[in-house]
Amino acid sequence: MSFRIASSPHQHSLAQTPALMRTVALAAVPGIAAQVYFFGYAVLIQIVLAVLTAWASEAAMLKLRGKPVLVRLKDHSALVTGLLLAIAIPAVAPWWIVVLGTAFAIVVVKQLYGGLGHNLFNPAMAAYVLLLISYPQQMTSWLPPTQLQHHAVTGADPICLVFSGYSCQGFSVAQIKADVDGKTMATALDTLRNDLTSGKTVTESLQQPVFDGYAGLGWSWINLGFLLGGLFLLQRKVIQWRIPVALLGSLTVLSLLAWLADSDRFASPLFHLFSGGTMLAAFFIATDPVSASTTTKGRLIYGALIGALVFVIRSFGGYPDGWAFAVMLANLSVPLIDAYTKPRAYGHRPGI
Amino acid sequence: MQQYQEIIRNGLWKNNPGLVQLLGLCPLLATSSSLTNALGLGFATMLVLASTNGVISLFRQHIPNEIRIPVFVMIIASVVTAIELLMHAYTFALYQSLGIFIPLIVTNCIVIGRAEAFASKNAVLPSVFDGMMMGTGFCAVLATLGAIREILGQGTLFDGADLLLGSWATVLRIELYQADSHFLLAILPPGAFLVLGCLIAAKNAIEARRKASQVQKTSIQRARVTQVSSN
Repeated sequence: MSFRIASSPHQHSLAQTPALMRTVALAAVPGIAAQVYFFGYAVLIQIVLAVLTAWASEAAMLKLRGKPVLVRLKDHSALVTGLLLAIAIPAVAPWWIVVLGTAFAIVVVKQLYGGLGHNLFNPAMAAYVLLLISYPQQMTSWLPPTQLQHHAVTGADPICLVFSGYSCQGFSVAQIKADVDGKTMATALDTLRNDLTSGKTVTESLQQPVFDGYAGLGWSWINLGFLLGGLFLLQRKVIQWRIPVALLGSLTVLSLLAWLADSDRFASPLFHLFSGGTMLAAFFIATDPVSASTTTKGRLIYGALIGALVFVIRSFGGYPDGWAFAVMLANLSVPLIDAYTKPRAYGHRPGI
Repeated sequence: MQQYQEIIRNGLWKNNPGLVQLLGLCPLLATSSSLTNALGLGFATMLVLASTNGVISLFRQHIPNEIRIPVFVMIIASVVTAIELLMHAYTFALYQSLGIFIPLIVTNCIVIGRAEAFASKNAVLPSVFDGMMMGTGFCAVLATLGAIREILGQGTLFDGADLLLGSWATVLRIELYQADSHFLLAILPPGAFLVLGCLIAAKNAIEARRKASQVQKTSIQRARVTQVSSN
């Protein structure tokens, strides 16, 4: 009887990059499904466009840099970058928005810094910021949920909208966004911001049709979908609990304090947790293993920093949702956080 | 003659203030949002560099070594003030669009850098020439940056050239393409960093290629004379 003899290590972990990235992509499915249900299948077109662009630009850059193309493509990191960007941008944004953004994410933010593992910033979020400050109009073209649409987006309409900017009947995005009275319907966060600046209270604002009582109609389900995916990632040990918990914790605490102090001017913690991209950012974006903090204590600080920044941007800033800015600012502080939270090796003195 | 060739090569390519020394980044990045602005500030800087280098070189024997930096700053500040007043008088619109960056030429590190490194050690003519060449190199980088950013961000070239050159210059304006939404980032500060990074990378790539071809030319094929065993 012969034994197969192999050298150490004898314990095998399945936690290799391709498997991890596949799991991340799989975990995003519930959230994407909710997005499709409430906002139509345009998001799927964006995902296809983003993933194709990500593969093409990754392959081109790897070839230019003289690296093995197929091996690196198979680690699926480009796929996840494209996927996250496609989910984050408005579903009916023109096709060139997502193509430009993904190409920037892969070429500049990831490959120019040295490829996977060397990028300073989260590629998807850096691309999102690029698009948001370059094309603010296209990047805020979120449609109201299907149930509220006056001109329903049906059939081939999402395809027409993404590739020409008009629905197949010739309605522009601005016309579809308008309600029966011709007033523009925006996302929950936008509506709340506009109402608050025009002097309404939070309670008055939440009476509008884009809300379903405590958060945006549809958005709460999308956030629940991503929360489900995030819990799956935690259970599969793809991510650790520290960043999401610290992030959601600091957001909850800050918004609770503000809400208790003045519930007319500040939205409730529930609204913050289930609006915009909270769960997507907490479980899928902030936990990016490359650009996030790597120490145990550092992860808590990093997550709490993002949560606090988002609360500040949402409540006092100029943009309706601040995930991309918050994540990038926290990415910038990671070297500092890591330097101060480096664990002490046994026998060494504390301090940096 | 050898010296002047070296000065030209240093200012325009080998030691270019914008691409190699990376001095004066603040005005370089802030005023290069259009070609006109870039040329305006580039010319102003070039004038300042040439005249301050000349003046400092003229007085280099008389400036006490211990207090040379304050003296340099005084001379530079006077020249910049003169140029600012001239721009105020003759190119008022450009003066307004460049704003604070004209007086800020005083703090531009290229000016004091050349004063310290070159003008205080060389005769008047080479110093003036060095100022002109460094200024030209800076102006060239600024103009390239401005042109690229203007094309990306607005789709035009020489927009507002009449501010710099007088009313006839409106004919210079070229509309390259018309888009519904422009690439705003190119005009914003991050665009300046990105484009400058690409320019520096391009310069380094050209240098590397040139060096590689030189090495190939000079390397000698070594002939092996001893027998190599092949087992």
